Amino acid sequence: MQIYLPIAELSINIFLLLGIGGGIGFLSGLFGVGGGFLLTPLLIFIGVPPAVAVATQANQVVASSVSGVLAHWSRDNVDFKMGFVLLAGGILGSTVGVGLFSLLSHFGQVDLVISLFYVFFLGFIGTLMFVESTRAILRQRRRGPAPKKLHEHNWVHGLPFKMRFRKSRLYISALMPALIGFFVGILSAIMGVGGAFIMVPAMIYLLGMPTAIVVGTSLFQIIFVSANVTFLQAVQNQTVDLTLAMALTVGGVIGAQIGGRVGAKLPGEQLRVLLAGMILFVAGRLAYELGTQPGDLYSAMWLAPQG
Amino acid sequence: MNMRRGPVWSLLLALVGMALLASQPLKAEPLVADLSNHLIAITTGFTGAQVLLFGATDGPGDVVAIVRGPTGRAIVRRKERIFGIWVNSLALDFKEVPNFYAVASSRPLNQLLTVDTAQHYGLGLDNLSIRPASDMNSPNENDMLHALTRIKIREGLFQPTGGKITFLGARLFRADFRFPANVPTGSYLVEVLLIRDGQVAGAQTTPLIVSKTGVGADIFEFAHRHAALYGIMSIIIALMAGWAAHLIFRRV
Repeated sequence: MQIYLPIAELSINIFLLLGIGGGIGFLSGLFGVGGGFLLTPLLIFIGVPPAVAVATQANQVVASSVSGVLAHWSRDNVDFKMGFVLLAGGILGSTVGVGLFSLLSHFGQVDLVISLFYVFFLGFIGTLMFVESTRAILRQRRRGPAPKKLHEHNWVHGLPFKMRFRKSRLYISALMPALIGFFVGILSAIMGVGGAFIMVPAMIYLLGMPTAIVVGTSLFQIIFVSANVTFLQAVQNQTVDLTLAMALTVGGVIGAQIGGRVGAKLPGEQLRVLLAGMILFVAGRLAYELGTQPGDLYSAMWLAPQG
Repeated sequence: MNMRRGPVWSLLLALVGMALLASQPLKAEPLVADLSNHLIAITTGFTGAQVLLFGATDGPGDVVAIVRGPTGRAIVRRKERIFGIWVNSLALDFKEVPNFYAVASSRPLNQLLTVDTAQHYGLGLDNLSIRPASDMNSPNENDMLHALTRIKIREGLFQPTGGKITFLGARLFRADFRFPANVPTGSYLVEVLLIRDGQVAGAQTTPLIVSKTGVGADIFEFAHRHAALYGIMSIIIALMAGWAAHLIFRRV
């Protein structure tokens, strides 16, 4: 059954969309990540214009993070104070990002920049994750659990505007989380992702937050940042496709629940190696496409007459 | 949807033809033509449409029909390899680009018309008035223009030799125009020409509207007219969807 997407301006089989949403939801439930980094390339692959894919996905991220954050909130795993500081940077960053997005589409470079961002960040995070989780597996095999230690004190702790974050048991400069929020906000706007795959490692390794609180807090601020991206994309570029977002959300929510249940039964480290492998595969594929001569060197865009 | 109505249309065509022939002494119109449908409605399940052009002539001759969509600007870009990756590096802006263009004729165009007449009526891709938007000459103009028409043909939006007009008997004719799923919205004009001895002996134009209708159209309208409100609504719907999902699955 075909469904017409009014903003993307094309007809796509509704079951294909539900299936994609469900598949990505399953993976995100399984691995505990948003899955946005896989969804955008998939949408582009089935013919959705990249600009619509990115903007629509921001809307879908709002829905999935709300259901996620409510689950974490009920377990009291959200540091709201930290969330608001991250958010302050995130709102600013995503606003800058959407502006950048408009500018890039004006110059016809937006597709390229989206791909480059994906290749770079997926490659980087995928490699880190792969190395880290392989090491953890090897360590487990050799001698029991890894040694636990509190966060290390580094240059981050020397910055001004110190603030106490009770829930995270931290006393650090507010600049650092705000800066992380800003940076992830830009990524969020350009890549259409929640940005948890950057945010979560940054919170753990740069800020030294306790792992239990990290996911809930990052989800909390992602709601607002993606809402901001949705709003700005809708206003500046008119690229949010509500029909598409709904189809993806319905599939995604169901998939995430199934994935979460399956994931709880699988060993964490092995799961992360698998995720890292998948991330690297997507990055590799995109890199390959950038380097391969396209079937048609030319592209054309028709613009309606003004007024 | 309209595809299986062949016999019905043939009957209608015959009736129209008879009526036309009967009224001939009163009105000496050399050519009368109409469309089966003056509105292509893009609904939620739209997968393209077919429109039948039918009519009658007052005697022997050939018929050419041109369907033209709204004109606008088109930006053509060319990729080049820079540092190992393919980047859009060259862009050229064209104006007077029709967003849809299809021609149907009872015989190949070059057998029917002189080059001058074809040019005058904008028949054939070479005779469209597409030209660069700026006055500056670009050495790549021809390549880019070629690429533009090639892409449009591939998308099914340019059908320069698309249709065949068939005669039923000596005076009744019909042609099918196919509009793909990605057909652009706007006001179209269908021009029908009667050709005799290389000259245009009669002409008629009739409008065709392509527009979105139903929920899809409302959403598109709303997203463009009230962008801020649309954005806020999208967010609220997403928030509620997320909340609902939480409520539903908390119990399971």
